[in-house]
Amino acid sequence: MKRKLTIVCFIIVMLYLLVALLGVLGLLPDFQTRFPIDGVAGYHPPDFSSIPMIFGLDQQGRSVFYLALAGTQTALTIGFMVSAIAIPIGVTLGSLAGFYGGKFDAFVVWLYTVVISVPYILTVIAISWVMGAGMFAICIAMGMISWVSLCRLTRGEFIKHRERDYVMAARVMGASDARLIFMHILPNVIHLAIISGSLMVLSSMKSEVILTYLGVGVDTGASWGLMINAAQGELASGKWWQLTGVVLAMFFIIYALNVIADALRDALDPKLND
Amino acid sequence: MLAYIARRLLYLIPTLFGVAVLVFVLFSVAGEDPVRILLGDHASPEAIALQQAKWGLDKPLLAQFGDFLVQIVTFDYGNSYASGEPLSKMFSDGAVVSLSLTLPPFLMSLCINILLAMLIAYYRNSWFDRFATAIAVMAMSVSYLVYIISLQYLLAFKLDLFPVTAAGATDWSFGSSHYYFVLPWLIMVLAAMGPDVRIYRTVFLDEIDADYVRTARAKGASERTVLFKHVLKNALIPIITYTVVAIPFLVLGAFLMERFFGLPGVGDLLIKSINNGDYPVLKGLTMYIAVGYSLFNLLSDILYAFVDPRVKLD
Repeated sequence: MKRKLTIVCFIIVMLYLLVALLGVLGLLPDFQTRFPIDGVAGYHPPDFSSIPMIFGLDQQGRSVFYLALAGTQTALTIGFMVSAIAIPIGVTLGSLAGFYGGKFDAFVVWLYTVVISVPYILTVIAISWVMGAGMFAICIAMGMISWVSLCRLTRGEFIKHRERDYVMAARVMGASDARLIFMHILPNVIHLAIISGSLMVLSSMKSEVILTYLGVGVDTGASWGLMINAAQGELASGKWWQLTGVVLAMFFIIYALNVIADALRDALDPKLND
Repeated sequence: MLAYIARRLLYLIPTLFGVAVLVFVLFSVAGEDPVRILLGDHASPEAIALQQAKWGLDKPLLAQFGDFLVQIVTFDYGNSYASGEPLSKMFSDGAVVSLSLTLPPFLMSLCINILLAMLIAYYRNSWFDRFATAIAVMAMSVSYLVYIISLQYLLAFKLDLFPVTAAGATDWSFGSSHYYFVLPWLIMVLAAMGPDVRIYRTVFLDEIDADYVRTARAKGASERTVLFKHVLKNALIPIITYTVVAIPFLVLGAFLMERFFGLPGVGDLLIKSINNGDYPVLKGLTMYIAVGYSLFNLLSDILYAFVDPRVKLD
């Protein structure tokens, strides 16, 4: 039962990745295309008989379905970029600090204490503000903060492992520090990066929506945050379909990633719980 | 113990210095010029110079950083660029609203979710456990924005059970205007339920197979006694430490909630100050939060050692 669910969730993630990939290759339908009804472009409730109208049309007569697809590309790009920035920083700093200890360790601990003492939202907004709004800026901003938890975990594991017998044995046989870190300890610790990677993709997708809603995230193109922003106003006049579309688009990928992160944790690290 | 606390308090100095450097670099060095935000692009050079001198922005950066350090030591961050009010007053006004917003749902969530998690742990591995855990993960997969927008629409706008926003209210002292807070409380309790119940459930399940639990069962203690007397006490240890660290962020409020419901709390102040380039407020708020976070972290470690005698602080 649990396995079947994980497989279904894995397929869902693959489908979203496929959509994002098609978007990167420019093969997704253009979300700016308008679908006028009787010559007038405007709102239209969902109509299941045609694909672009399946989630209805927004104020400018654009397909909510196509907007959600383009938003998928944005969200996944951000999720992967943030992980690509944060995971190397977290693993490198955490391994070196845990392995060598001493002054460098004190510096790394100081660094992440400083970063987590400042409210997340303030740092992200300030960094993206300095770099100018836009997708790239919030990726850098989120990446520069998200490494902290992985760094702490990795550091803790390295401190435990560096005194273990297998490391001592390798050291006695003349293995270099680099060999001890990369060939011996890292393979025993790297599952942490895989688990936090899947959680990082998920949480940065959620943050993107909120940052974009606040006006510091994605400013051009399509984004789930922009859709929610538009949908909030529409709701008051009874136009519920854009909100429904974006909620569904977000729900499946975030749910699937949650389930996969759980399954990865069960499979790779039975001792670790939350 | 005292030596430990003293050492931890001393460690505050390098941490706060680091936060000060970070904040200074983000706002005073790299950020936008607040004088330009206030006077616009077409102000005369004299007006700009006058304003810069008034805010002490004509000094070299290092001297400005020195001024900032003096402000931190004296706890006096000066007046807001935007309103001219002292930060301490703006902060205490906002904190009343933010705490009225965040404290009740924080306490409610804690009680409700611990009980729920215990109930789920009691029926562990049954269909009820699987069903509840699945619901919790689903609840976590919906954006916080969606909870706010849809519940505000449904309960306040459509069904008219609550006021839609608090815009127009003026008296924010504790106890008055509380009806503006009821819907935000409800939303916050609902949104916290998924993630909290899931974490607490694993905390309970971690304890439920421990040796002392087996001993209690072997003595003939009923499952209920085991759960409420033995497991609950031990499970509270990680829950307390997990919760105490979150307390300073309660003062920061819930900026999204404050924005949607027109509540003038600290989170709202923070977002507004970012948009206005109101650096004295931003710098002051950040330092308040950093101090609060560090102190509550220390408190959490002390509590941990207090409730669990196996833990030694050194």
